[in-house]
Amino acid sequence: MIKARITVTLKNGVLDPQGKAIEGACRNLGFEGLASVRQGKVFDVEIEGDDRDGAKARLDAMCEKLLANTVIEDYSITLD
Amino acid sequence: MNTAVVLLPGLNRDRDMIAALTTITGKAPKTVWQTETSLPDVDLVVIPGGFSFGDYLRCGAIAARAPVMRAVVEAAGRGVPVLGVCNGFQILCEAGLLPGALMRNTTLRFVCREVKLEVVTAETRFTSGYMKGQVIRCPVAHHDGNYFADDETLSQLEGEGRVVFRYAEGTNPNGAVRDIAGIVNAEGNVLGMMPHPENLVESEHGGTDGRAIFESALGLSASLAA
Repeated sequence: MIKARITVTLKNGVLDPQGKAIEGACRNLGFEGLASVRQGKVFDVEIEGDDRDGAKARLDAMCEKLLANTVIEDYSITLD
Repeated sequence: MNTAVVLLPGLNRDRDMIAALTTITGKAPKTVWQTETSLPDVDLVVIPGGFSFGDYLRCGAIAARAPVMRAVVEAAGRGVPVLGVCNGFQILCEAGLLPGALMRNTTLRFVCREVKLEVVTAETRFTSGYMKGQVIRCPVAHHDGNYFADDETLSQLEGEGRVVFRYAEGTNPNGAVRDIAGIVNAEGNVLGMMPHPENLVESEHGGTDGRAIFESALGLSASLAA
């Protein structure tokens, strides 16, 4: 079994109102020195078998076709 | 005059759309469930508003991969007019039929109110019943209506006359870039818009400003919405 973690984040320059709201809430809690907060998503995916190259290729395709909207989001994949 | 309405779990404006199409065409639209793999032969396909699949992942993302959407993409490719309203617009973007994406409103608030829309161009098959520059009333009800596309895409949309509606008179309710409320595809037969024209088609609605979109798309004698 191959375990993968996919992280999806908004592209630089894309406004993130939710991240901004979270940033404001952190400030309200008294956290100092905060430069910015951007919100993203994490997907933990398990792939059957032990073909890491094949798994990586499939995960890439999953990101391109569904998990990320590449108009507004970037993604990264790490295998365990 | 035959129309079809795509049904997905979690939509909630489907009955409004069915009622509007029935009023305008005199005939109930055919309904197509999301698991269908083909569409009936119709003059207009509509994807109505709501929260398909609970807006899981991203608004419209799951719906855009439903089996019926392959049939919608195929019909759009044949030139069949396709209209997506609200969640329908989000789904058309996620399906790649329209460029850009709909993001969370900059206020982070759900907005349910009436806005003013400028008809940017009357030279589309959806707006031939309006006059260029005409400002119409239209309700909105959404949480993710903040249209975004990169500068290159926006220049292309504007250069090709594909921005069809803009929020007018300072009524942009969601922070959409360049006040964009509705766009068409390059071929001009797919329109996506956040506002709900189906809720302003009978005098009992308090106005008929939205009616000409359907009449234009269906080639019915357009009544200039004033």
